[in-house]
Amino acid sequence: MTLDDTPLPTPEVGFDVDTEPYWRGAGEGRLVLPRCDECGTYVWIPRPYCPLDLSPTRWVEVSGRGSVYSHSTVHRGERLYAKRAPFVLAYVELDEGPRIMTNIVGCPPDAVTIGMPVRVVFDAVEETMGIAIPRFTPA
Amino acid sequence: MTSLRGAAYVVGVYEHPGRELPDRSVAQIHAEVARGALADAGLTTGDVDGYFCAGDAPGGPIAMADYLGIAARHCDSTDYGGSAYVALVSHAAQAIAAGKCSVALITMGGRPRSGRRRPPAQDNPAYPFEETYGHSNPASYALAAQRHMFEFGTTSEQLAEVKVAASTHAQHNPDALLRKVVTVEEVVGSRLIADPLHLLDCCVITDGGGAAVVVSPEVALRLGRRGAKLLGAGEAVKHTGRSPIDLTYTGAVWSGPRAFEEAGVTPADVDYASIYDSFTITVVMSLEDLGFCEKGQGGRFVLEGALQAPHGRLPYNTDGGSLCNNHPGNRGGMTRLIEAVRQLRGEAHPAVQVPGVDIALVHGTGGWVGTRMGSATLILGQEDA
Ligand SMILES: [Zn+2]
Repeated sequence: MTLDDTPLPTPEVGFDVDTEPYWRGAGEGRLVLPRCDECGTYVWIPRPYCPLDLSPTRWVEVSGRGSVYSHSTVHRGERLYAKRAPFVLAYVELDEGPRIMTNIVGCPPDAVTIGMPVRVVFDAVEETMGIAIPRFTPA
Repeated sequence: MTSLRGAAYVVGVYEHPGRELPDRSVAQIHAEVARGALADAGLTTGDVDGYFCAGDAPGGPIAMADYLGIAARHCDSTDYGGSAYVALVSHAAQAIAAGKCSVALITMGGRPRSGRRRPPAQDNPAYPFEETYGHSNPASYALAAQRHMFEFGTTSEQLAEVKVAASTHAQHNPDALLRKVVTVEEVVGSRLIADPLHLLDCCVITDGGGAAVVVSPEVALRLGRRGAKLLGAGEAVKHTGRSPIDLTYTGAVWSGPRAFEEAGVTPADVDYASIYDSFTITVVMSLEDLGFCEKGQGGRFVLEGALQAPHGRLPYNTDGGSLCNNHPGNRGGMTRLIEAVRQLRGEAHPAVQVPGVDIALVHGTGGWVGTRMGSATLILGQEDA
């Protein structure tokens, strides 16, 4: 499969007060997740209250390392990706535990395998100063 | 009331025959299917006192009760996506059992083929964390299929058998969008949409709709039409709030056992199954989670025509399902319910009518197996079941 090395879409992310620190952290080159004050769980999808106990969460930086839990090379993209296929949609299991939806970039799609170690990279969003989109690449 | 067993009967169903309806409004489709299902039951809108609909209903339940002229004393618009209509049968039965209504009408309709497809809800707090990365219906189910293949050795050829069975049934359905019988080779040879799912692993996109009438045992008794007796129902929401996503199972692991327990039957008792088939992998995972086979064995279960009517081990989706027949509004639960009622009445196409159906299962999957989903399961039986 040929490697389409044109960049993936970097849309203006529709963040709100609950999730802005995630995208701003990425803009500063840090992957941050909310962690529960009470039970210590890293929370995904980011939110201000832990879904296990509704205790408040606090933003903490994580390693940005993990492995591919599942992946799909998408050949027919929709909406943002209508003109940018194939691309790899994936779940990455972070070393800290959460499994997060992302893209795998920086390698041919057919090189992606379940269990493959990956690390985070950040694609800046031109339209919004200080915001970036976390994606993952082979570690 | 501790059980819904026998609490209600499905006495009227109607599937819109249209697959491409550019000249109709969605509200008009709701009216046409309401009319059809009530006529099938031998009832009129004046008899209806409960109205049930989901997210496809234009303007919601108040607007649609107005449009259809229903004097509702009970409404429910629980939206579990495509599985909603399966759950709404049990919600109607609950309302009937509690005396809140006695004749419940459920309608659905949509025009994603000739009109606009509804985008995902932007106010979902998860939206930016998924849409930003290109999450879509096929991609979501592809993530599950990939992991299923990794963990259990499921193959594309096994998934293809699900489509082959559907197409074998659809050839007998004059309304079906796709009536051509396909082979395993044709399915795995069709273009990849989201690896490992090919074009022919994906359901069709059609306009259309369907409706059902659910009534109390007393009302059912005075109607001339044979009904399907509700024996058991289960529903569940599967999400990632309490643990990282596990793509190997669906919410059917909860909704299925709840329905079987209430009905007092087991998967071995099921003569016919309507399983919402958004993608071939959806059926394989549902079969496992509903208990028709061990976890991970779904790909092997569907081999050798197991799903093919009339003589397969578990004949399924004898109208051709969402993979071939019809997928109105991108929501497959209603049409699955309708075909199960046809099978119980002996009114499926003669080529696919399963002989002596005593127990039928209806299972719906709503939302996305790759993120969060609703599941709803019904067990229906003959009037004397
Ligand atoms: Zn907590």
